[in-house]
Amino acid sequence: MKEIYLDNNATTKVDEDVFEEMRPYFCELYGNPSSMHFFGGQVQSKVTEARVRVAELLGAEPEEIIFTACGTESDNAAIRSALEVFPERRHIITSRVEHPAVLTQCRNLTQKGYRVTEIGVDGAGRLDMEELKAAVDTDTAIVSLMWANNETGVIFPVEEAAAITKSKGALFHSDAVQAIGKIPINMAASSIDMLSLSGHKLHAPKGIGALYLRRGTPFRPFMVGGHQEKSRRAGTENAAAIIALGKACQLAGQYMEVENTVVKAMRDRLQESLMAAIPHARINGGGAELLPNTTSIAFEFVEGEAILLLLSELGICASSGSACTSGSLEPSHVLRAMGVPFTCAHGSIRFSLSRYTTDAEIDTVIREMPPIIARLRQMSPFGREFLKGEK
Amino acid sequence: MWDYTPTVKDHFLNPRNVGDIADADAIGEVGSLACGDALKLYLKLDENKDKIVDAKFQTFGCASAIASSSALTEIVKGKTLDEALAVSNKDIADFLGGLPEEKMHCSVMGQEALEVAIFKYRGMDIPQHDSEHDQGHAYPDYEGEIVCKCFGITDTFLKKVIETNRLTTVEQVTHFTKAGGACGGCLPKIKELIAEVLGDPASQPRKRPEKLSNMKKMQLIQEVLERDIRPLLWADGGDLELIDIDGPNVQVAFRKACAGCASSGNTARMVQVKLRELVAEDIVVEEVSR
Repeated sequence: MKEIYLDNNATTKVDEDVFEEMRPYFCELYGNPSSMHFFGGQVQSKVTEARVRVAELLGAEPEEIIFTACGTESDNAAIRSALEVFPERRHIITSRVEHPAVLTQCRNLTQKGYRVTEIGVDGAGRLDMEELKAAVDTDTAIVSLMWANNETGVIFPVEEAAAITKSKGALFHSDAVQAIGKIPINMAASSIDMLSLSGHKLHAPKGIGALYLRRGTPFRPFMVGGHQEKSRRAGTENAAAIIALGKACQLAGQYMEVENTVVKAMRDRLQESLMAAIPHARINGGGAELLPNTTSIAFEFVEGEAILLLLSELGICASSGSACTSGSLEPSHVLRAMGVPFTCAHGSIRFSLSRYTTDAEIDTVIREMPPIIARLRQMSPFGREFLKGEK
Repeated sequence: MWDYTPTVKDHFLNPRNVGDIADADAIGEVGSLACGDALKLYLKLDENKDKIVDAKFQTFGCASAIASSSALTEIVKGKTLDEALAVSNKDIADFLGGLPEEKMHCSVMGQEALEVAIFKYRGMDIPQHDSEHDQGHAYPDYEGEIVCKCFGITDTFLKKVIETNRLTTVEQVTHFTKAGGACGGCLPKIKELIAEVLGDPASQPRKRPEKLSNMKKMQLIQEVLERDIRPLLWADGGDLELIDIDGPNVQVAFRKACAGCASSGNTARMVQVKLRELVAEDIVVEEVSR
């Protein structure tokens, strides 16, 4: 069965060109970039090239890029560093809809005596900027807010949030894992201090990430024990993956317009067609500014896992904010923070597209989704009551 | 992805007996939209009102909830009411060739709906308990005290499930009943219930003493930590150490898997709940890293 992959916020296909770029650096050009000999040196120059490519996508300087193992590591490193830089500041600000890579760490830090403020969102998933303004003070060490939400695609006004943060002398970090490669980012014109990115969200392999660190920003490394990355991240470079990330970032820059025109048009068509064909559905984050590739739709009276498995039978890959898919017993913290009613939070489905998505694939989903929802509603006691009422 | 058996997949993709019975003799409803799964079961009896001749269901829930409901209707058809009452959630899971442990609560929901239908048909009273979710109850229940406030689950119900399935860990009880799966405040109580059902007299519910000297209080805190808390943590590969007791303030440090664990905050709260319950109401538990 050929898959229709609409789960690109979970992970992406490694671009063939990216794979070709990294391929020689396993069995042939396997030298250590730190070595003095020519054999390591040629890897070193490719790593340098990759750094330039990543920096170009972000509008940053190459030395502002620190390679890490993943977005989660970048998030952890950024927050821990800020707390070490400002030992006298004991307050952290984040949002209620952050990825667990940030949220769990912040919540754990309350056990170490830190005060953590989690800024709320409105029904459309938009950040409460007034709450943020009121929360930042001279005790705040770091404000960490995601650029775009992984579940809903809602984009936060991070530049504005960074300006508010800087006015109190705190550092601003953004988990931009979902935003990079999907919307243009220019760190040269930004006041954001730190930014996390993850390779496998933009057609590079899993296991590679980067932390953008604005020049002049004080930093304490998370990983120590080596001079790599100018001693800001010890450990032998994952050279092949770094080279892949560089290529992926170069391609992401080239495809940025496609992402915001072609991909966005397919997303819009999918979203509008499903909303037109299926009653009692709502767009999570409808009304907010969204990533061009993401739509999250809540279908009332049905449960997400059942929808996903019926889609999966047809080769369609999506994801859900329902409790059952994660093995947890409550719907996702993002949907709960947005106040999505329990009646439909369990039936939320996220489709996330990429430049590999085709119109034919979108046609298939538009055709297959309504009967799946109808079938499950026919089976659901709540759905049946509602269908009766509609007659 | 869940590792569902071919039978689970078959009953999910081709559920048997979906629908309703207009002149049903017995109807059992459990669960709610808020809880994420719900089942409405219809039973039709023969003219002697003894044997189940038809069964239909409607289910809101995940694949295993739908498959469990389908299996339930197949199992009970042709059974007398008394035979049907003997059907356990384990029978449903076995019929399906097993369920992932995290999904066992789906089989329990099936068994519950069956019981509710038959009890209601026989005119027995079934009190409903509200849960803290914004709507309705999770499982309708018999007498007994609410243990899990989040999902509205009572001790009598938990004890029954523990006994039927011979559950030995708190985690299993959560997987089978959902109890303790949200805020986690009732996990110590579930531990007690397991000990009670499995016949450990040392863990019968105890009461907080009226008055305590400082020395006695320290001893009691240590005893509770040793007897009630640490074995719970060991089960998950964790541990804790008592660092200091200063008036009502109890300082503990988490060790092994608990150290730096994402939910150590919850664990510290759990320790506090337990100490307040068994030692003194004003105890404050503080996690220190030493």
